[in-house]
Amino acid sequence: MDTILSIKNLSKSYQGAGRTLTVLHDINFSVEAGSTVSIVGPSGSGKTTLLGLCAGLDRATSGSVELNHVQLDTLNEDQRAQVRNRYVGFIFQNFQLMPTLTALENVMVPLELRGEKNARARSKELLDKVGLADRLHHYPMQLSGGEQQRVSLARAFANNPRILFADEPTGNLDEETSDKVERLLFDLNQEAGTTLIIVTHNLELAAQTNRIIRIKGGTIVSDERKAS
Amino acid sequence: MDKARFVYKKRLNIPWLFIMAWRDSRRNRSRLLLFIASIILGIAALVATFSFGYNLQNDIDRQAKTLTGADLVIESNKPVPEELQPVLGRLGDERSQERSFASMVYFLKGGGTRLVQVRALDGHYPFYGELETTPVAAAGRFRNGREALVDKTLMLQFDAQIGDSIQLGDVTFAIAGVLNKAPGRNTISTTVAPPVYIPLQYLDATGLVQKGSRIAYNYYYKFNDEEAIQNVIDTLEPKLEEAGMDYDTVEERKRNTGRSFEDFTQFLSLISFIALLLGCIGVASAIHIYIREKISSIAILRCLGVNSTQAFFIYLIQIAGIGLVGSIIGAITGTLIQQLLPIVLEDFLPVEVAVSVSWRAIAQGVALGLVISLLFALLPLVSVRNVSPLFTLRISYEHKRFSDPVKWLVYLLIVFFVLAFCRWQIGSWAQAIVFTTGLLVAFLLLAGVAKLLMWAVRRFFPASWNYLWRQGFANLYRPNNQTITLVTTIGLGVAFIGTLYFTQDILIQRVSLTASGNQPNMVLFDIQTGQKDSVAAMARQYDLPVLQQVPIVTMRIEEVNGQTATMVRADTASRVSERAFEWEFRVTYRDSLTDSEKLVSGELPEPVTSPDETVYISVEKRYADRVRLNPGDTVVFNVQGTLIPTVVGSMREVDWQRVQTNFRVVFPSGVLEQAPQFHVLITRVPSPEVSARFQQAVVQRYPNISIIDLGLILSVLDDVLDKIGFVIRFMAGFSIITGLIVLIASIFISKYQRMQESVLLRTLGASRRQILVITALEYFFLGALASATGILLSLVGTWALARFSFEASFTPQWIPVIVLFIIISLLTVIIGLLNSRGVLNKPPLEVLRKEA
Repeated sequence: MDTILSIKNLSKSYQGAGRTLTVLHDINFSVEAGSTVSIVGPSGSGKTTLLGLCAGLDRATSGSVELNHVQLDTLNEDQRAQVRNRYVGFIFQNFQLMPTLTALENVMVPLELRGEKNARARSKELLDKVGLADRLHHYPMQLSGGEQQRVSLARAFANNPRILFADEPTGNLDEETSDKVERLLFDLNQEAGTTLIIVTHNLELAAQTNRIIRIKGGTIVSDERKAS
Repeated sequence: MDKARFVYKKRLNIPWLFIMAWRDSRRNRSRLLLFIASIILGIAALVATFSFGYNLQNDIDRQAKTLTGADLVIESNKPVPEELQPVLGRLGDERSQERSFASMVYFLKGGGTRLVQVRALDGHYPFYGELETTPVAAAGRFRNGREALVDKTLMLQFDAQIGDSIQLGDVTFAIAGVLNKAPGRNTISTTVAPPVYIPLQYLDATGLVQKGSRIAYNYYYKFNDEEAIQNVIDTLEPKLEEAGMDYDTVEERKRNTGRSFEDFTQFLSLISFIALLLGCIGVASAIHIYIREKISSIAILRCLGVNSTQAFFIYLIQIAGIGLVGSIIGAITGTLIQQLLPIVLEDFLPVEVAVSVSWRAIAQGVALGLVISLLFALLPLVSVRNVSPLFTLRISYEHKRFSDPVKWLVYLLIVFFVLAFCRWQIGSWAQAIVFTTGLLVAFLLLAGVAKLLMWAVRRFFPASWNYLWRQGFANLYRPNNQTITLVTTIGLGVAFIGTLYFTQDILIQRVSLTASGNQPNMVLFDIQTGQKDSVAAMARQYDLPVLQQVPIVTMRIEEVNGQTATMVRADTASRVSERAFEWEFRVTYRDSLTDSEKLVSGELPEPVTSPDETVYISVEKRYADRVRLNPGDTVVFNVQGTLIPTVVGSMREVDWQRVQTNFRVVFPSGVLEQAPQFHVLITRVPSPEVSARFQQAVVQRYPNISIIDLGLILSVLDDVLDKIGFVIRFMAGFSIITGLIVLIASIFISKYQRMQESVLLRTLGASRRQILVITALEYFFLGALASATGILLSLVGTWALARFSFEASFTPQWIPVIVLFIIISLLTVIIGLLNSRGVLNKPPLEVLRKEA
């Protein structure tokens, strides 16, 4: 199977108050295209930092990240932005919708950025899929948390990403809404054949993925794969 | 998809950027407009000034000929030499002549007297424009009989009617009409000595023209063939120069008038520009907060693949759009305000100024507004390029602090733009650099004071003080504080207004001083030698002290160290300045110093007793330096045709501020006693009533004597300064209002942060009063510090102006200083509290919901 993400000897440190804080230390793993992976660990273990590095949102102190065969550490921020636009989708714990854009416009942004002609039609179709056909012109503040996360899902799948990163996708939702969003996430993922990487505390959510990477104190402590 | 297929393409997709800019600004447009409101008044003031300037220039061009009233004017302050008279008599197709001089007029009906400018006219001058009179026919009729045109202010002052009689010297004239306006003259220029026109044929009969009288001779010419004028000037110029005469043409007068008003409009436009710059600081500060609020949106866009240039352009387009709207609103406001300027400036204008829309001024104002709002907005905007997508994952992500070189480039661009604008307005790089440096120093000082305050509050935080005071203090340095912005904008506004006020005060004080205490306040001049003693006796009769009585002889320099003016002009290596020959001197003779003089070198010579003795003169030091005269130099003076050789024997420093006769050149006694001369008597009158009675008596007995009443001059000057002050205050008002708008905008944009904190405090149980006190204290500290620094700057600025420009002493009046301090501090507190009232009056939950 093709490898979509390859992490080699990855470390991340921060300089502060005269000392160096190492958040990630010598991380190595790779992810096959189409698989679902969750990264779990206690607060402060470095999982969100790892997600940021994998998705090209930040630069590692040492080591390399190869996403869809593109070596991210050789690219500058603008080049990494283009990589994200072409191959990556995001779902965030706090939804991260632009407050001044309607639901439809929020979904359209990645498509418009790529210069796609049918951005509007495709966005409507996606919002229809997540059950928000009647909320197209609502602003984020007029939507509930669950609805906002569904808009975020539609936006994440809009550009047919090769890989989807989700940071605590249900962390801000109640149980019932979480279930709905989880179902939708996995259904859409399966339908699109996208690689899914979830960072979560929620072991029930993690259990739904094919592979669980546990991280603690900045290093990988276990890497379990479900028997297929 | 493999590595080879990823090729980075930097695309801007401009139409999409516009769409995103539009979408992103959706819920912020009213706020953005408030930010940009800071520049509206600055642009309005500039457009008004520009429009007025262009309209004035157009009108000067259009009405150019009425400025001189003739195609060519030949001017002289002495009778025309005989050899030139036939030449002048043949010039032009139509000619007219005028003699003008200061003298006293006596109104027979009321018995009033006053110093006037007598203009004895012959011929049909003005050839262009007209003497505007009531009735209109009077302008022509007075030339035919013993009639006069009397200035309208005089008519009002003495409640005179047409047909009443006035006396000038020995002749009585009937008032033919009221003179409303003469060509090329504004109201201000005639306030000290209002004009009275009489026919030239009666001048000699008045007896006012005597030896030593200071009379201006003007010859006016009309040419049917305009091209002939230049030829005439070319032929005539050397002869006129030789005779010490001057000439004026329409073109020259147009240039001079245009230039002096250009200076004035430039001055006004610099005042307006300061208002605009103040507004721009407000814009920069507001956009800074705006961008901080937008960081999460920018981070989302970056996550989704927007590159740094695209993110930058999305916000640049928003600012440009709103800057354009602000500038257009400013330009429209300016065009409306422009209607007021000719009314405000009415008394200063030599031509009628038509108010019309100046598209050139509007275009310049809009372009300037757009460019400058963008330049200042660029300071916070460039940071958009550095917003990391990581903000989406970590709200607390601390952006790396580094010095962005682009920011320094923007600072440089701003300084260069300010410099270029000043250069455009002033026309001199040196002055533009001085102005820009001055502004920069003021900005840096104010920003430095604000930083120092923040540091000092942190460093010496009064931990033991009451909680409310501590909270108020802490607000000065907490994140997103407005300390630097408010201290800079309010401070600069206060400094500006303060300097204008104090400077006006210096000028008024300088004049008022002369009218106080035992200072002389009345000058009688043109006293003939034979009248000298009886005038002094008359003064004593009225119980008036004869404070000074000096003879005055008029003369010119003929030679310096054996070189004449022609020789000096030809000899480029000559040490003697050409200017030495240009002056006409009023010289006195005495053997002692007055109390306004100090000898700096040499000694005052003994009286001259024999014609063979060398005549040692005393020269004022500053004048001597200017024309490069040294002790021991020989100077030959021409006293009405008689040459008197002298040697520079001593140098004096003179205090020209005193109201008394001061002289550049003093002769010893025994030389000039027989020369044509007149005398000046200086006295002090205790009241306007005594002044009026004494003047009346002098004029009736000695009509040739002119009297300057300093009380009158003072009130005229007061009036003129008031009018100028009003114009300046009118323009400076834009700065004050801009400062207030910046204050409102600054407080408004930080409102959200304040609100969250205040709501938290209220949730924790803080009372309405406690929050009110915390907020009031914070704004009081800000307002007090800003106004104190501004006042300090203005005091230093005014002191420098007084010391180096006006050469006067400056003692500030503390009451206006305190009043200004209190007003600005209170205004800051009031605006701060008004903006925060939402938090104070509503339940915390309601506020949170509304602001969410």
